[in-house]
Amino acid sequence: MATNTAHTEAPGGHKIPFPPFNAQTFASQLFWLAIAFTFLYVAMSKLALPRIGAIIDGRAKRIADDLAEAQRLKGESDAAIAAYEKALADARARAQLIANEMRDKQAAEAQASRKKLEDALNVKLADAEKSIAATKKAAMANVSSIAAQAATAIVERLIGTAPGEKAVADAVAEALKR
Amino acid sequence: MADPIHQFQIVDLVPLGKIGSSEIAFTNSALFMAIAVGGITAFLLGATSSRRLVPNRMQSMAELSYEFVANTIRSTAGTEGMRFFPFVFSLFMFILTVNLIGLIPYAFTVTTHIVITAALSLSVFITVLVYGFWKNGLHFFNLFVPKGIPIFILPLIVLIEVMSFLSRPISHSVRLFANMLAGHITLKVFASFVTMLTAYGVFGWAGAVLPLGLTIALTALEMLVAVLQAYVFAILTCIYLNDAIHPGH
Repeated sequence: MATNTAHTEAPGGHKIPFPPFNAQTFASQLFWLAIAFTFLYVAMSKLALPRIGAIIDGRAKRIADDLAEAQRLKGESDAAIAAYEKALADARARAQLIANEMRDKQAAEAQASRKKLEDALNVKLADAEKSIAATKKAAMANVSSIAAQAATAIVERLIGTAPGEKAVADAVAEALKR
Repeated sequence: MADPIHQFQIVDLVPLGKIGSSEIAFTNSALFMAIAVGGITAFLLGATSSRRLVPNRMQSMAELSYEFVANTIRSTAGTEGMRFFPFVFSLFMFILTVNLIGLIPYAFTVTTHIVITAALSLSVFITVLVYGFWKNGLHFFNLFVPKGIPIFILPLIVLIEVMSFLSRPISHSVRLFANMLAGHITLKVFASFVTMLTAYGVFGWAGAVLPLGLTIALTALEMLVAVLQAYVFAILTCIYLNDAIHPGH
């Protein structure tokens, strides 16, 4: 292998120059460093980095979009839940209202029909009391005539003569009064 | 092969000719630069060719390297620093790949030559200077004048700031160069202990266990150093570029 430094392999005596400080190799190294680094810089700045940057930005954008979409959908579902709850509350309130109305109406109807029935019953009761009073009166009249007859019959058996009709009636009336 | 310096020899593979008095040849260094550059480009373009919404492993790695460098720039130089994203990304990937390839036995490590690291750090330095003056004009000199310093020590501070600014390309390049060079020499020294000791029979074999273990441990350490130095180079580049973008401290 040819080396830049002629005395590298020289036996003894010669001091081997320290390769990093061997100025003869500088031009070659700088020449190739310039080419290699320029190539790398161009490849990175024109190809690799824009591509990786686009991938990363695209992903960040996609995530942001997805999050925004999720937020939007969440908002929609929240609105739907709110609407549903409002509808439910309205329906409850209406049901309550209808139930109250119905109950009041039915209570009023029941009250009215009871009143009617009570009136009818009261009329019937009054009639019944009237007929009871009449029957009693008639019965009482019969009782006095039966008592008079019985008294007449008893007296006649005891004394042999029938008492005066008027006297017997007075005596019966006197007895019934007590 | 026991010479720990031999691995840094530049070997002409294809002599090409001369530019002026300088000889230009396709060397082992150039070969490994080409392998690194070709590998990075092929990896990044191949891994992202299907542009998946849900990345597979390779695409994930490509995206990870992109986001890693992008986050480094954003955190040190702000969003304005992103205009230098291709530059910093190329630097980071180039140094990282070249360092890692260099750890493969018999491979050549491009960054063990100071001329390479100096060229890279000077390209950063010149970018900072040119962009700093183009964007800020003479306000770029505010970089050397920190606010809130008493007037009587200001000249001293400005002197220190100027010197630290001018020494940046040196520390920037020597840090990477020295780390890679020292690591590879250490690895080579310990590895050559193993081959030397095994020449002494059974006891030599037993004695070689220690340097072999050290070589393995050092290889792991050098992996860390390879990645870390690429990151350090990139983050220092970002910090220097931040000075060009926002010189007002």
